[in-house]
Amino acid sequence: MKMSMRTQKKLIPYLFILPAFILFCVFMVYPLIKGLQISFYNWSVMPNNPSTFVGWDNYTRAFTDKIVGVAFKNTITYVLITVPGQMILAMLLAVLIHSVTKGKVFFRTIYYIPVVTSWVIVSLLFRYLFQSPHGVINYFLVDLFHLTKEAVPFLQQANTAMIPIMGLGIWKGIGWSMIIYLAALSTIPHELSEAAAIDGANAWQRFWKITLPLVSPTVLFTLVMLLIGGFNVFISVYLITNGGPMQQTEVYLSYLYHQTFGYLDFGYGAALSFMLAFLIVAASGLQMKFLRRPQELM
Amino acid sequence: MKVLLKLMKKSTIYAILLVGGVIMVIPFLYMISTALVPNLYVIQYPPQLFPQNASLDNFIKAWQANNFQAYFINSAFVAVTATLITVVFSAMAAYAFARFTFKGKEVIFFTFLVVMMVPTTILIIPQFLLMKFLGLRNSLPGLVLIYSATSISMSIFLLRGFFEQLPKELEEAALLDGAGYFTIFTQIMLPLSAPGIATVSIFSFMAFWDEFIMALTFIDDPAKRTLPIAIALFQGQHGTQWGLVFAASLIALIPIFLIFFSLQKHFVGGLTTGAVKG
Repeated sequence: MKMSMRTQKKLIPYLFILPAFILFCVFMVYPLIKGLQISFYNWSVMPNNPSTFVGWDNYTRAFTDKIVGVAFKNTITYVLITVPGQMILAMLLAVLIHSVTKGKVFFRTIYYIPVVTSWVIVSLLFRYLFQSPHGVINYFLVDLFHLTKEAVPFLQQANTAMIPIMGLGIWKGIGWSMIIYLAALSTIPHELSEAAAIDGANAWQRFWKITLPLVSPTVLFTLVMLLIGGFNVFISVYLITNGGPMQQTEVYLSYLYHQTFGYLDFGYGAALSFMLAFLIVAASGLQMKFLRRPQELM
Repeated sequence: MKVLLKLMKKSTIYAILLVGGVIMVIPFLYMISTALVPNLYVIQYPPQLFPQNASLDNFIKAWQANNFQAYFINSAFVAVTATLITVVFSAMAAYAFARFTFKGKEVIFFTFLVVMMVPTTILIIPQFLLMKFLGLRNSLPGLVLIYSATSISMSIFLLRGFFEQLPKELEEAALLDGAGYFTIFTQIMLPLSAPGIATVSIFSFMAFWDEFIMALTFIDDPAKRTLPIAIALFQGQHGTQWGLVFAASLIALIPIFLIFFSLQKHFVGGLTTGAVKG
């Protein structure tokens, strides 16, 4: 029996969506729901040991867990330093590159190289550079520029171990925001700035009053993306300090990972996951609110 | 006087850009120079940017050591296959979202959108259990499926945007000529949106080539490791032999840099379709 043309036409869009939808449901939607379930259980990894329902216990436990506090504080510090750091430096570079006539492509390429390099490799590289006493950075600090008398044991002490991690975050991320800002700057008509210059506005005023307001949707876009990225910091911590010394540089995701796959505490790990997800979705929602048209995101 | 001032301003700008550029590049230079010094068990001090006894020994050693070639092939297989699946599946779905009206369209689209915002790392626990249940732990095809699934919604959004910008006349003419929708998709939509397809392919490939957390979690079998895992563990095993670690890293970077330097315009295009819309 042949289907009528109309039924056939009705089916077609579903057929086109089906492969993506199946893959998406099995590997993304189902785990999302399953994860929520796990977070309410004292989940047993052993097949013959039953998991027990514990209600909100895993969630309340997070609030009394001292290391969660440390990890959260470190994550927030990371976000508060690397996000504005990347944005300000990227904007400065974008404005400068936009203003020059020669070497635009050259500089754009140079600043973008760290962006395309894998996190694993640059994390190992920064661990190498920040070694003490004989690392490259310490060589600069002590022998070349005489900024410190002795080598700084960056990775061995809690109050300096975040420096290479945050430094890496900024160094690797600048190029990404810069490229996006450059594109946004190129959409601003020259006439606006020129007219303001004739009226006596200096470069600084022109930037604040004309350029920045015009690129503000783009700035907001990068802000939210960087916030999400910042809360997700993991690989650099895992490979540079692995949370040490004494779990003092643990960030949210590294702690979650250690709890889950180190101590096999899946229920607690899942609860920690959902608390982070809640934060991130809230941050994304914020962007939706500010950008009236959500399609601008895409 | 004014000319002089302008010249000073210009040279200051270039000076800042150059200093910044040096900061971007210098870590890589140290990586290369460390990789060029053979048999380096202790760290050289002061570190040398231009080592006198430079050789390619570390590169040869790394390439021949610890199944490195197998890891390279594993990574290539996973990244290429997952990119193909991502592009084909997401292009098909994007075509449906861009050109058809059907029941449930908004709901399905919204589901893709919401889950896209959820950071993939938080799904790692249930995904781990799922992979175990499906017998896909320690399986490269398993990694391919999960990689494709994580990037599919972003790709659908990007490609839908591309498809929507294409003129409809060609498709309408083809329909009148009796062409089916599948023919229209493969013969008209795909070729016309080649730049979009290229962007999605590049970003997917690079993300898959570098992916660390899932590969670390789902793959235990040493023979099935991908390069990022191999390199991280390599560093663990060979501790202070940074020359060897960085030689391996630089080999792993070759495909990425080849793509980046040859297809640069797609990077800018791809990034900005998302962010800048006048």
